[in-house]
Amino acid sequence: MKLSREEVLHIAALAKLGMTEDDIHHFGDQLSNILENFEVLKGVDTEGIPPTAQANSVCNVMRDDVIAPSLSQEEVLANAPKRDGEFFRIRPVME
Amino acid sequence: MTHPEHLTIHEAHDLLKSKQISSVELTKSLLKRIEEVDPKVKAFMTVTGDLALQQAAQADKKIAAGECSPLTGVPGVMKDVLCTKGVRTTCSSKMLEHFLPPYNATVIEKLYANGMVLLGKANMDEFAMGSSTENSAYFTTHNPWDLTRIPGGSSGGSAAAVAAGEGCFALGSDTGGSIRQPAGFCSITGLKPTYGRVSRYGLIAFASSLDQIGPMTKDVTDSAIVMNAISGRDERDSTSVDCPVPDFTKSLNKDIKGMRLGIPKEYFVEGMQPEVAAAMEIAIAKLEELGASVERGVSLPSTPYALAVYYIIAPSEASANLARYDGVKYGFSFQGTDSMWEAMEKTRQFGFGPEVKRRIMLGTYALSAGYYDAYYLKAQKVRTLIRMEFDKAFEKYDALITPTSPTVPFKAGEKGDDPLAMYLSDVCTLPINIAGVPAISIPAGFASGLPIGMQIIAKPFAEETIFRIAHAYEQATGWQKMNPKV
Repeated sequence: MKLSREEVLHIAALAKLGMTEDDIHHFGDQLSNILENFEVLKGVDTEGIPPTAQANSVCNVMRDDVIAPSLSQEEVLANAPKRDGEFFRIRPVME
Repeated sequence: MTHPEHLTIHEAHDLLKSKQISSVELTKSLLKRIEEVDPKVKAFMTVTGDLALQQAAQADKKIAAGECSPLTGVPGVMKDVLCTKGVRTTCSSKMLEHFLPPYNATVIEKLYANGMVLLGKANMDEFAMGSSTENSAYFTTHNPWDLTRIPGGSSGGSAAAVAAGEGCFALGSDTGGSIRQPAGFCSITGLKPTYGRVSRYGLIAFASSLDQIGPMTKDVTDSAIVMNAISGRDERDSTSVDCPVPDFTKSLNKDIKGMRLGIPKEYFVEGMQPEVAAAMEIAIAKLEELGASVERGVSLPSTPYALAVYYIIAPSEASANLARYDGVKYGFSFQGTDSMWEAMEKTRQFGFGPEVKRRIMLGTYALSAGYYDAYYLKAQKVRTLIRMEFDKAFEKYDALITPTSPTVPFKAGEKGDDPLAMYLSDVCTLPINIAGVPAISIPAGFASGLPIGMQIIAKPFAEETIFRIAHAYEQATGWQKMNPKV
């Protein structure tokens, strides 16, 4: 199966990945080739087999909601590319 | 002490405890070793010399006061995927070039509490995606056994540092073989613990249902010592399991008479190098000689599907995990636009390297509307089949024995731009993460001077079984004592 240019652009848009023309061709070919190799799974009989999301049996871990020290605002903001006082600064989301 | 660079943890500990060497002296000689050989090996992203010497001085005070745990004053190297408070943590990505974590990973906290000295952060494939360190956004690490070859990956910097004597031990992370494959390629010992044995808190996430942190050491004893320090339930990782942590060193120095070992035939794959198959034959014969009962031709029939299952599940999880890199909270941020969405797309376009983008694309596709059932859900069902086959095998066998990799370390650049060729170097290690079971790679000989690793796999939380077999084999062969000339 060959991914079309539109499909590659659609996936890139979903993943918020900017692409050059070269990337579109390159990823298109490589992803098509990889996906073709995954076709082997279609032949596996999985009738009545439940999916495994995670290999150990732990599920629904609960704990008490206890107040404990957390990172300071200064620590949280220390790596911010742009900040405005005690806030992360971002560009306008609505135009 | 003629060769401090080759000291194991337990040898260093003996010298520190008996005051034949101080931690500052040991740390200084390893920093000097790094200065001498790392320009050739290129294992380190960051060397933390000043911090290491401060920590060593503190360790010496503790030792003087009679507090000397097996890791007190012992210098280690951490894969650059583990958050170290105030110490640059890049994941070998441009995205995190200047990232200073505000907290320590749980494993780092635990090692610090045990008195470890941090020598630095090790190079890796970007975001742990790769098998050679060639996907590092900065440089490729070289195999200390042959500098024209790769050390394996993704924990290639950790493996090369340990093999080249640039640290007593290292930590790596393993999502599909990233501890074991480089351990095999560099002739060191690398353990991927059972999923849930070690907290993943502070491990920069790649594929959360597969990732585990583990020790990369010069021998099996050291592996057990590090596991004693880092294992256990952690409230901050809800997938870590509340399972008693034994003293793993108690599994050493036991014989393996009567242990039942299975050799799964599907791991002796087409394309396996004859030298690797031959070395495995000799290794298996040695295990028999040591009294184990070996059964060949064991079948885990779903093994050939593991590659496809892995390369659907891991990229799917990665595409979700890596959605956090948006240029807002931390990391690289493209500034040349006023548009929010363009900034985000450009941030990710320029911040991520080609393999990371490829996997995000693959995962996004597998999870997207119309394809979820055919790819992701199908892969999760086949994952169940693979797990069930391991469960069944472990009803009959104490452990399974396979090669760690079908080949010896390959030349840098050899796999070119063919992602599938690279993915195939992990065929023997991927199924173990899919099933969540523990496995170790230990040195099992050489072919024309190039290392070959043997993988020992056991059922969940049976690391003790692995250590018992690995230690008996190691003591009988002595491969762990071989050091490369760098």
